[in-house]
Amino acid sequence: MVLRRLNTGSPVAQLRNEMDWLVQDFFGRGSRPVAPTAAGFPALNVWEDGDSLFAEAELPGVKSDDLDISVMVGDLTIQGRRSTMAGEGVAFHRQERGAGQFNRVVRLPFEVDAQRVEASLRDGVLLVKLPKAESAKPKKIAIRAAE
Amino acid sequence: MTSETKEPQVQETPTAEQPTNSGLAYRPNVDILESENELTLVMDVPGVERDSLDIDFAEGVLTVQARVAPRYAANQRFLLREYGIGSFYRSFQVGEQIDVDGISAEYADGVLRIHLPKAEAAKPRKIAVKVAS
Repeated sequence: MVLRRLNTGSPVAQLRNEMDWLVQDFFGRGSRPVAPTAAGFPALNVWEDGDSLFAEAELPGVKSDDLDISVMVGDLTIQGRRSTMAGEGVAFHRQERGAGQFNRVVRLPFEVDAQRVEASLRDGVLLVKLPKAESAKPKKIAIRAAE
Repeated sequence: MTSETKEPQVQETPTAEQPTNSGLAYRPNVDILESENELTLVMDVPGVERDSLDIDFAEGVLTVQARVAPRYAANQRFLLREYGIGSFYRSFQVGEQIDVDGISAEYADGVLRIHLPKAEAAKPRKIAVKVAS
């Protein structure tokens, strides 16, 4: 698995054969068009806690060597491929499992610390942990007592 | 074009979605391949641990059940939710004669492979022609 951390503003537009927006429903900040339902492969579940954003995808049969995950200028990109197991003298009676290349780009709803992004692949489930940048973490606001 | 229509060797059992012990289950995607010596089922069951797989072959019906442990808290809120998580269930009627004792399965990276070796009687046979002396 290649984990790229790119903070430089490279021209990403050409990479995007599809684009989704994550919406942060918080004071309307970053409110962009909602992700379309048929957003592409792989399907993603995304959630957060106070410190990190988590993105999870089901990628059965994808080897970590065939996965390329990168974070750059506010986008998380998951690229990879899954190969078929066709062979000599083998006939398909049924073929439901997709194969080939995939590329998914998701706009992150807030700034993350790209240096500390981690990814794991277990039993065909990919989990990407994206620690929030300090500026994106929730802050406790102390309330001063009125005089 | 051949006029022979071969019956499919493996057919889905009529009830595609069957309740498991704990409600409905997801129907995993499957590839079914046939070679000279065996039928192979390849099934996507991401998130399943090996010990949670239950494969059963009885009276020509192959049944696969796989439990998936929850990965989030029950009240987890999502920024984006495009798929659900739950157990997998699927069963097939296998028409071909199978060497039941020879059935084997392997599991890696969320993919289950089940090998159903054909019974000797069902294998194609090459008949050697002896030279008459």
